[in-house]
This record gives sequence, C-alpha cells and structure tokens, in this order.
Amino acid sequence: MGNKQTTFTEEQLEAYQVTGVTRQLAPHLVPLDYTNNPDIKVPATLIVTMPELKENPFRDRIVETFSEDGQGNMSFTDFVDMFSALCEAAPRELKTIYAFKIYDFNRDSFICKEDLKKTLNKLTKGELTPEEVTLVCDKAVEEADLDGDGKLSFADFENMISKAPDFLR
Amino acid sequence: MSEGELEALKEQVEEKKKLIATIRNKPWRMQKRLSVLKEAQDFVERFEGALGKGKGRRLYAFKVMMTKVLMGLPYGSIPRKTVPRSDQATEMDLSVLLDFGVRIIADISWEMLFKYSCFCLQQGYCQYSVLFYGYYNSDRTIGVLKFRLPLSYLLTSVGIFGYSLLVVIRMMARNADVGGDGGDDADFTFSWKMFTSWDYLIGNPETADNKYASITTSFKESIVDEQENQKDENIHLRRFCRVSANVLILCSLGGSGYLIYYVVKRSQDFAKMDPSSLSWFEKNEVEFVMSLLGLVCPPLFESIAELEDYHPRIALKWQLGRIFALFLGNLYTFLFALFDEVNGKLEEELSIKNSSEWALSQYYANYSAFYNTTVVPPPNVSPADVIRGPCWETAVGQEFVKLTVSDVEVTFLTILIGDFVRAFIVRFLNYCWCWDLEAGFPSYGEFDISGNVLGLVFNQGMIWMGAFYAPGLIGINVLRLLTSMYFQCWAVMACNVPHERVFKASKSNNFYMGLLLLVLFLSILPVIYTIMTMPPSFDCGPFSGQQKMYDVVMETINQDLPAFMGTIFSYASNPGLIMPAVLLMVLAIYYLNTVSKAYQQANADLKKKMKTARDDEKNRRNNKDSTNQMMKDLEELLPNKSLLPPPFEEDTPSVSVKNSKQTKTKPGPTGKGVNVEKEVSLAAPNPRRPVTQAPVQRAGPPMNARGAHAEPGRGRGRGGPPRR
Repeated sequence: MGNKQTTFTEEQLEAYQVTGVTRQLAPHLVPLDYTNNPDIKVPATLIVTMPELKENPFRDRIVETFSEDGQGNMSFTDFVDMFSALCEAAPRELKTIYAFKIYDFNRDSFICKEDLKKTLNKLTKGELTPEEVTLVCDKAVEEADLDGDGKLSFADFENMISKAPDFLR
Repeated sequence: MSEGELEALKEQVEEKKKLIATIRNKPWRMQKRLSVLKEAQDFVERFEGALGKGKGRRLYAFKVMMTKVLMGLPYGSIPRKTVPRSDQATEMDLSVLLDFGVRIIADISWEMLFKYSCFCLQQGYCQYSVLFYGYYNSDRTIGVLKFRLPLSYLLTSVGIFGYSLLVVIRMMARNADVGGDGGDDADFTFSWKMFTSWDYLIGNPETADNKYASITTSFKESIVDEQENQKDENIHLRRFCRVSANVLILCSLGGSGYLIYYVVKRSQDFAKMDPSSLSWFEKNEVEFVMSLLGLVCPPLFESIAELEDYHPRIALKWQLGRIFALFLGNLYTFLFALFDEVNGKLEEELSIKNSSEWALSQYYANYSAFYNTTVVPPPNVSPADVIRGPCWETAVGQEFVKLTVSDVEVTFLTILIGDFVRAFIVRFLNYCWCWDLEAGFPSYGEFDISGNVLGLVFNQGMIWMGAFYAPGLIGINVLRLLTSMYFQCWAVMACNVPHERVFKASKSNNFYMGLLLLVLFLSILPVIYTIMTMPPSFDCGPFSGQQKMYDVVMETINQDLPAFMGTIFSYASNPGLIMPAVLLMVLAIYYLNTVSKAYQQANADLKKKMKTARDDEKNRRNNKDSTNQMMKDLEELLPNKSLLPPPFEEDTPSVSVKNSKQTKTKPGPTGKGVNVEKEVSLAAPNPRRPVTQAPVQRAGPPMNARGAHAEPGRGRGRGGPPRR
C-alpha cells in the first residue's frame, strides 16, 4: 500500500482515498499523530519548499488559494485538498475553478490586465520587455474576453480553457 | 415499516451511495467533503441492515478482519513495518519504487561483437565473413532442414522494404490526427500560452530554467508572428536577394556533386594501383569527402539564407530542404559512380569466367589424353587457390559499410572537437581572455535538433540501400546507434546550450516522417534496379549462376509449388492484367484525393462558422450600449416612426444587433479592440416586408465602409428574427 508515513485510523485513510488523493500524502514536514484530528496549521514558507512545489512559479498563489485563511497557512485538510485538485484524477471543471482562483492575484473574481501582467512576468522571469508584456496581455484579453469589460470573468476563462488542447497539470 | 416507507428508504440509500461514488468530482473543500462522506456512509451502513441487506455490514466487518489477518498490524505500529527514519526522505520518491521493480540485465556477448566489428579488417578477414554478400552460398537448400537460402535472402530483403514502408505510412497517418498545421490559426494562442504552458511536474531547477527560457522564446515567436504582418518593404529588393541566394546555393550544390564524382573516379584509379602504396587517406577518400561536405555545406547554406529574410519557420523549412537536396545529390552521384565501377567489374568477370572455363576444359583434355580415360575426376585444387571472379556485390557492400563507418567517425570527431573541446576552451580560457568568450564569439555550441534528426534520416537511408549487399551492416548500425545515443546524451548535457530560437519545422513530426518516406523510396530504387536488371556474379553469393536475381523466385514457383500456381502466376504477370490494375489504382488515388479535399473544405467551413458564431455571441453580449450609440447617431436617417408599422420597430434593434459583422479581421498591429470596426448595417432586410424596407435598403450599402462584408451581415440578419 505504499509509503504512507502517517498514522491515521483506517476510516480516515479510506475517507481520504475516496476523495481522490494518491501518493501525495507526504507531510514529512510534520510527522504527528492525526488520529484525533488536531488543529495544526503549517505556514506557507514551509510548504513552498516541498520538492513538488519548489520550482513552480505560482507556488505562493497556489498555497494562498487553498488555505482557509487566505494567508497561506494550511491545515492538513487544506493540504490534502490542494493535492487532490492538482492530481491527475481530478475532473477538468474542478481544475478550471481552482486555476481561475490562482491566476486572480487581487482576488476580485476577475482576471484583469494587472493579474495577467503578473502571471506573464512570473512565467518568463522578467525576460520580456514591457512593451512585449503589454502586447501579450492585450492580445490575451482580446482573444478571450467575451463580454467586453476588458478583463476575464470566470465564464470567459472557462470558455477559453475548455477549448485548449493540453490543459493538463 | 410499510412498503412505501421501505421504498423511500431504499431510494435514499441508493442516492447516498451514488454520492459516495461521485464525491471526488464535487468542487467542495475538504472539510465539507469529509463531513458529507461520513454522514453518507453512516446512513448507508445503518439502513442497509434495516433493509435486510445486512450483508453489507457483515461484508465490511469481514473485509476489516481479513486485512488485519493478511497484513497484520497496521503500518507504523511496529519497527518491521516502518520505514527507518533515515531513509524516509528517499523512500518517498516514486523512482525508488521503480528501482525495486525493474532491473535491467544487459547481457552483451562479446564474441558476437568482435565478429561483427572488424572495422579495420574490411579488406581482410571480414570480406569473407557473414557480413557481406559473398559469404552466402548458392546452393538451393542448405542444411538438414533444407532451408532455402537464396529464396529467403531475396524475400527478406524485399520484405524489409515492404515492412518499413508500412511502418512509416502508419506513423504518418497517426500523426495526421494530431492536426499538423491546425495550430497556426488557433483562436486563443496567447491565452493558452499564458495559462497552459507551465509543466507542473517539474522539480529540477535546471529543467525549470530551461522551461522558463522555452516559454519566453515561445512568446517571442508569437510576437514575431504578429509583427510579420507589418513588414512590407521593398518587394523587388527582396525578390532579387532571394533569387540570388538560390542561385548561389544551386552553384554550391552542383559544385559538391562534381567534387564527389571526381573523387570517386580517382578512387577507381587508386584501386588499380598497388594497395600498399596508398595512404589511408587516399583509400578512404570518397567517404571522407562526403562526410566533410555534409559538415561544411549546411552552415554555408544558413549564412547565404540570411539574404532571404524569411519568417524563421519558413527559413528553417528551406534550410532543411536544401540540406536534404545536398545529401540526395551526393548520394546519387556516389551511386552512379559506383555503378560505373560495377560495370567495369562485370566485364572483368566475363573475361575471368571465360579464362577459367578454358582452363578447366584444358585440364579435362589433358587428363583424358594423359590417362586415356573418359571418366575424369574433378581437379583437386584447394578452395583457397581457385580462380575467383571479382564479386561486385561485395564491393558495393564494402563501400556502404565504409560510408557508414566514416559517417560515425566524423560525427564523433565533430562532437568531441566542435562541442567538447570548444566548451572546455570557452570555460577555462575565459578567465584570461580580453572579451567574454561565453557571450561573444565562440560561446557554447547549440544543440541543433533539426540537423540531428536529418542525420538520423540519412543514416537510415544508407542502411536501407546497403542492407541487400552487406547484411551485417544492420548489426553494425544498431551498435552504432546505441553508443552514439549515450555519447550524444552526455555531450548535450555537458557541453551544449539550448537553441536560442525554438522554431519547430512541424508540430507533429510529419515533416520529418515525410522526408523519411522520400528517402525510403529513393533507397528502394537502386536495389530493385539491381535485382531486376543486373546479372549477379557468377561465382559468389546466393544467386550465382543465375541470369537474373529474381530467377530464384521463378525457379521456386516452377519446381516447388503445385502446377496450377505456376499458371496463376503467369496469368497474373501478363501485361494485359497489370495495366488495368494500375489504371484502377490511379483512379482510386484520384477519387480519394478529391474526397479528402472535400473534407478539408468542409472543415474550413465549419471552423469559419464557429468563428462567426463566437464573434456574434461576443458582440451580442457586450455591446448593447454601443449599438444604441450608433443607432442614436443614425436616428435622423431612420424614417419617421409614425410611418413604420409597429412590428418592424421591434425587429430592427434585434436585427441590427445581430448584424454586427466580425470585428476581428487580422489582429492588427494596433490591437484594435472589439468596439472599433463595428458596422451596423441597417440594410438588413426583414424578408417578410420587402416593400417597406426599400427606402432603408438603399441607404444601407453606401454606409458600409467595406462593401464586401455587408454580405455576411445580411445573411446573418436573415437569421436574426428566428433566433429571437
């Protein structure tokens, strides 16, 4: 049954399995006894050092999105939630919803041009010139924006992503 | 409990079960999911028992007990069942699992290696080994099992080609589904690049750096694509530059062809001289020259191509095409020169044959004259002393093996010197050099993907051509591929940097597969020509003694198969049957071509429809205010409202809204937004009221800035009312 290094009860393990988490149950940072559902929160700075997230340009945003308090401190259930959404078995719509949340930096339920600029800079590590950045962001909005408000709502985003051939994390 | 209540309960239990099964698809947070799950499970457990399906509960208990029995205490409770803490970090890796499960045992038999790898001994021992054509005997059957060697030799060679053809075409057909060039006119290029290009499974920092660089170049490529539309400089200058570049390149191609011809002619002269007086270079001159040309010409082409100023992807395709032409020209020149040599050998063979027959008849005459008998035992000459003719097939096979070997040597040397030594120098000399070696002139070598793929394709072509004459060539090539793969892998990681501009020649590799197919076809031609027309050597090889090589097949049909098969084959090979068959195939090709064109057209139409539907929806959803603005501006043009029948009034707004034509022509350099370019043509006629529309209609078309687009607008307008 693999290298599960936790000390859960049988039922808890089954419950977590049913919700689609695979081998990512590896809280090797905090090996505690979870059988009593204690209330532990791991700070964001520790989580982003995990090997799976270390090289990810959006790691801070990912952690923030999945944490309950929005600051990045994750409890175990948040943690499992995060990897459950990121794993391959998660359905497309779920990933779309979370992707939208991650790319929405200022959390106003819209992906505005500022959010896009930040995304682009994170993706290219600042290698593009400002004019190029503006051009790319303008074109992206022009392509995907259906209601013409200059920013991407969730419907726009979903419409665009659902047609992408390789939207797989 | 009554019936109805039981039913209701059953339904609820089913519902909960379904919920448990689909809970992973719900977009809830973990807490919620856990609580809902627990509740559902409790419910099911409790009421399943009450419904008499008490098995559910017992099954569950049984399951728990069995796992306890089979696996004993749970993980983590005793030392045996817990991973030692020191190893815990590594045990987490999936790769550890792989290591446990798979162990590759490579068992290389060294004797086999040496037998097949006598590179330096080609003129010597190897010439008479399994490697080459000459080794095989012409007996009809050999050994206890009566294995028909000549027949199998011929059929295997032909079968290789057939199989390769099948494989290549199947690959191409599969790749065609991946939509070849469809990506060029995708709708959401930039958005997709932004949101879907990161690979979330990357954990290695170097890989991550490479990924960043490749994403950046991908964006830059798209930006360049955008800006290409703006370039419209002097067309005449461009054309002149392009023509002159092509002329230069044709000259160099011709020059290289002539050089090869000259060198092959020289080698024929060398062959007539005493082998010990020639240097090693002179012996292998031809192959060396060919490999060098293959090394020098491509960079030359690339620098000439800078004159042409094409879009990078197109320039890459031209470059690949030119390298391909270079290789083809070289190979075919080589082959023609080889055929000259073969003809020379055939003449020599004829004279030897005549002289050996004459010697044999002399021997018989002498013997019978001397011993006065008519029964003459065959001359007992040891096999080593028998006069033998020059075996032209082996000579050809030798040439191909030499070619392959020299190709390998040149590749290895280039990588060693061109990449490794260069990287070495750049790294260590940088400390004491005036300008920055890493950024400036030599810098590190770039890994040329397209060049390497082409090299592989050409290598395969040579093997296909040479396999008939030197069966061992295939084994040599397999060895070469194995070693060169590891060698190049190391070289890339240690000495190369990724290409600055990552332009793919084709999205789905079909471009290279097409090249491979062409090379396969061109490799088959010489071999089939040989089988059909050239007479085999009279004393060496599996076909010796026959007039033509395919006579083996005829012989087999006549002798081994039942009589009626022979008649069937003779009917089948009648030209009167073959011509109509060929005609039928040509017609089938024509028909399939037409059908596929029709499909492509239908595809394009559908895409267009989708695009216009999308634009329609876009404009319908957003610009209610701007259309009203337009309407306000144009109000004075509207006929007096009192004159209009009421239904028309409510038709007009919706019709005009639907009538906004597509606003996105080509994304122009100024990135015009959706609102500009709007055209509301009031000319959309309501088909139900032609008469009242007339005055409005006439006013319509002049208002359209682009008359051409009024058409689709009107079309859509007609579709408007029903959609309402």
